[in-house]
Amino acid sequence: MSASFTKSTARNIFYGGAVFFFLLFVALTLDTVQALPKRDNRANLTEQVARGKKLWEVNNCIGCHTLLGEGAYFAPELGNVYQRRGPEFIKAWIKAQPTGAPGRRQMPNFHLNDAELDDLVAFLKYSSEINTNNWPPNIEG
Amino acid sequence: MTSSAMATARAASVSAAANDPLTNVQLKYRSQAVAKPYFVAAIGLFVGQILFGLIMGLQYVIGDFLFPEIPFNVARMVHTNLLIVWLLFGFMGAGYFLIPEESERELHSPKLAIITFWVFLVAGALTIVGYLAVPYATLAKITGNDLLPTMGREFLEQPTITKIGIVLVALSFLFNLSMTVLKGRKTSISMVMMLGLWGLAIFFLFSFYNPDNLVLDKYFWWWVVHLWVEGVWELIMGAMLAFVLVKVTGIDREIIEKWLYVIIAMTLISGIIGTGHHYFWIGAPAYWQVWGSVFSALEPIPFFMMTLFAFNVVNKRRREHPNKAAVLWALGTGVMAFLGAGVWGFLHTLAPVNYLTHGTQITASHGHMAFYGAYAMVVMTMISYTMPLMRGREANSNAAQVVEMWSFWLMTVAMVFITLFLTAAGILQVWMQRMGDTPLSFMATQDKIAFFYWLRELSGVVFFIGLLLYIVSFFIRGNERASA
Repeated sequence: MSASFTKSTARNIFYGGAVFFFLLFVALTLDTVQALPKRDNRANLTEQVARGKKLWEVNNCIGCHTLLGEGAYFAPELGNVYQRRGPEFIKAWIKAQPTGAPGRRQMPNFHLNDAELDDLVAFLKYSSEINTNNWPPNIEG
Repeated sequence: MTSSAMATARAASVSAAANDPLTNVQLKYRSQAVAKPYFVAAIGLFVGQILFGLIMGLQYVIGDFLFPEIPFNVARMVHTNLLIVWLLFGFMGAGYFLIPEESERELHSPKLAIITFWVFLVAGALTIVGYLAVPYATLAKITGNDLLPTMGREFLEQPTITKIGIVLVALSFLFNLSMTVLKGRKTSISMVMMLGLWGLAIFFLFSFYNPDNLVLDKYFWWWVVHLWVEGVWELIMGAMLAFVLVKVTGIDREIIEKWLYVIIAMTLISGIIGTGHHYFWIGAPAYWQVWGSVFSALEPIPFFMMTLFAFNVVNKRRREHPNKAAVLWALGTGVMAFLGAGVWGFLHTLAPVNYLTHGTQITASHGHMAFYGAYAMVVMTMISYTMPLMRGREANSNAAQVVEMWSFWLMTVAMVFITLFLTAAGILQVWMQRMGDTPLSFMATQDKIAFFYWLRELSGVVFFIGLLLYIVSFFIRGNERASA
């Protein structure tokens, strides 16, 4: 690098750039937080959905599945599973695990009772109604 | 004590002299030796990470392998959490070695550094045992997750009490280093290192924010994950690389520090707004598709500059350092970070592309090469440079270095193949599952691409052999001292 471009110039670009772009990021975040009520389906965020999210978390569902495309890539996307399979299928499927089919990927049985299954389905329904800019591309997720 | 016992003790102390920090002439400051247990632990946990990676790789093709003993989600949690923890051990070891040398004084408290080491190691080990020993829901219950629910989110699966422990360990570490810097010489390298480490601790605090609103949860989850790996961790990486390059090339510090500032300036200018590439499809406003695409398209630039930087200063070196292996790791870090983080990141970062690739094996391919190329390799660069010094020699014997370089090539080439096979799997997955008029289901697609998962697993075995060879290299003595 040329000698006229000094270390202190480089340092100033670093500190100036970091501060400027972090403040810009904070500004965009504030705008996002204000825009979210119209997009994040919070009108349907009930107590039941919150309980469902807790169940989603304490059973580490994200360790195999994706939700809105984030998570592990071992098992199907669940952000749109409510539309793909419907509530009754989801509950029956969870209760029937593991399939025990030799050589197939296995999902543990999490011993959820009927009320818990309803909570989880409520959470998946709520998730599926978030405005994701039309992602995923099709029903297969 | 009898005279013969005293003689034995004296003989023992003479043979241990090379390892004794009191008599080690290679260390400028005795307290730098506290880095050693950190690096040893890092390598040990690295082995565990790869073992669980191999288990998962096999579960991709033999779905019921080790079920129900180790379900996939448990193996993945162990794999990713061990990665994070061993890299943190590596960064901490690097901090304890680098900061005293840059500050030109002893570490504020070596004793605190050792206590912190044991606390972190025991907490980490207990967490991993918890993952393996009981169902995750039970672990959540017995660790009081209900009081402050933070568990069950990708990479942040640790029980809340472990997260609190991580914060305390980080504070103790940062206190120790900050006191050292404050009382000593302040260099650009040490300032950048400290900025990165403080940033790491501060952004981790967002892991305690877990709202019921899924969009807000995901939005701020990235303030830990993205602002770590595509933000402050790059500062730590840059500082570590700059430190080693100053030492092994003998190039004027002013030049290296100028490079460092330019690189990390580009990192944060591109990377902070670049967070937006995670906000395309999680409920955030559509304008993030523009902000995220434009700025994350710039993210390869700092990594490319890192490659230029490393090759440039090594080519213009003013001395021939006998530790050739460390130089190789430094150059390799530049190249592989650029390929893994830069090129493979760019591959799927533009919103129209990401619409199709989001959450597929393309993401996994990028994740593997980026973490190896940037962070695993920079920690191994630091270990390669510092371990011989802490063991009382400027460099290892030629024989040991040859084995270490073999391990470099085996691991690096294996990682290139892991990435290529996962990329192939990902392209086919996108094609079959998301494009065309008759898309296949997720599981039907997985069956069709199993061949590439087998090839990935094979590459993983080669990687593991490379890792074992890496460990072997520490035990090769060789009489011939490496010549300058």
